[in-house]
Amino acid sequence: MTLYDLANPTRFLKLVKAVLPWIIVATVAAFAVGLYFAFFVAPEDYQQGQTVRIMFVHVPAAQLALMCYAMMALSSIGSLVWKHPLADVSAKASAPIGAAFTFLALFSGAVWGKPMWGTFWVWDARLTSFLVLLIMYLGIIALWKAIEDPIKAAKVNAIITLVGMINVIIIKFSVEWWNTLHQPPSIIRADGPAIHSSILIPLGLMALAFVLLFVTLHLMSMRNEIMRRRIRAMRMRAASVAPAASSSTVTKAAPAGAR
Amino acid sequence: MNWMKVLFIREYQLANRVGGGALIGVLFFLAVVTIFPFGVGPDMILLSRIGAAILWIGALLATLLGLDRLFQADREDGSLELLVMSGRSLELVVLIKCAAHWAATGLPLVLATPILSLFVGLDFRSVVLVTLTLLVGAPALTLVGAVGAGVTVSMRRGGVLLSILVIPLAIPILIFGVSAATAGAIDSNNFFVPFLFLCALTLFGLVVGPLAAAAALRVSGD
Repeated sequence: MTLYDLANPTRFLKLVKAVLPWIIVATVAAFAVGLYFAFFVAPEDYQQGQTVRIMFVHVPAAQLALMCYAMMALSSIGSLVWKHPLADVSAKASAPIGAAFTFLALFSGAVWGKPMWGTFWVWDARLTSFLVLLIMYLGIIALWKAIEDPIKAAKVNAIITLVGMINVIIIKFSVEWWNTLHQPPSIIRADGPAIHSSILIPLGLMALAFVLLFVTLHLMSMRNEIMRRRIRAMRMRAASVAPAASSSTVTKAAPAGAR
Repeated sequence: MNWMKVLFIREYQLANRVGGGALIGVLFFLAVVTIFPFGVGPDMILLSRIGAAILWIGALLATLLGLDRLFQADREDGSLELLVMSGRSLELVVLIKCAAHWAATGLPLVLATPILSLFVGLDFRSVVLVTLTLLVGAPALTLVGAVGAGVTVSMRRGGVLLSILVIPLAIPILIFGVSAATAGAIDSNNFFVPFLFLCALTLFGLVVGPLAAAAALRVSGD
């Protein structure tokens, strides 16, 4: 089965139906193990105490926030270059999920920042770029809602998503240049991770659980969007037939299937 | 070459004559600058410290305000369709429209900056720096704004959504613009590094803006 076969929504829905239960089971299992490790196995931090456990939500959420945008950008390329109908659906489905994860990262960060930095919010480089990312997500969602024709909306959103992708990178560097307080990357570094394995393993498990959660939500959301489009198409067909049918009952003259 | 000149003149004249003329943007700019002292207090020392930021934000808002007319008037009377179907490069058409739009609305903002900077108590050196950075950076605002204008062209009341979409794109321009404008001296690295970044963003906008806006206009044609 290639990516082209999936352009047929019915085939895609069949695949989702077959795969989704397994992914849900895997997600629940990963969360069970990950949360157990995060709460009971991982040690307290000698400075931060219990609050360090916020990290197990905060870091995966932030990673997912970026991953969602990457997914959206890839889908946008798919819908602009190959006009793949599922790419449109995938891009549309990613936006609210990405916005939710971005919000979760900001919220958990604020809750963590209060005891550690003494403030809910600072205009630090990463916090600022995530706030901008949230605004971009919400703008894209608003744009999806503003244009009625789904094909036109998909193209227009693909353009703004790709311009936004370039912008996200520029914002990251310009904002870092502007102001930095957040700690630098400590997992992916040239000289190996700077976190002890007793914390790194639970973090990895939680990251895996979040990725599985994203896959679950994304597939479900894509399925819903396909259904929504079918309902829209059915309603439009019904609406285009209905006036002719009602007039034919009055005059008995106009053929019902005139269109 | 001749059609480019003709198009530029047409766009320039339209931008000047429609919707209260080009000076309406300058008037809005003046209103924004006037409102700041009421918010932060009439403290000249404080105002002179944030003056460059006030002027940049004022210019950004005034630019956003005029953007929705960039393509919409042409769409309403059908000339946008003619431009799309004319066989000319749509990217070039967008670039010319942006240039004319900027000459009619952005340039007056830059020219008004030295006068408005007196209200926020900037000294001579800062006035020069702010005007220079706006001269280089304001075209970038129009160019990234063109993307937003192209994307929202088919909406009846797309102005607010346009601003929401464009403001994130304008943040890097604002960062480097204000950094360069508040640098101590014109011959120091504090000025040159952000100023060169600002130039780079404008050049970058010259490529990305017309490309993306033209793609959006092709899509939204019916």
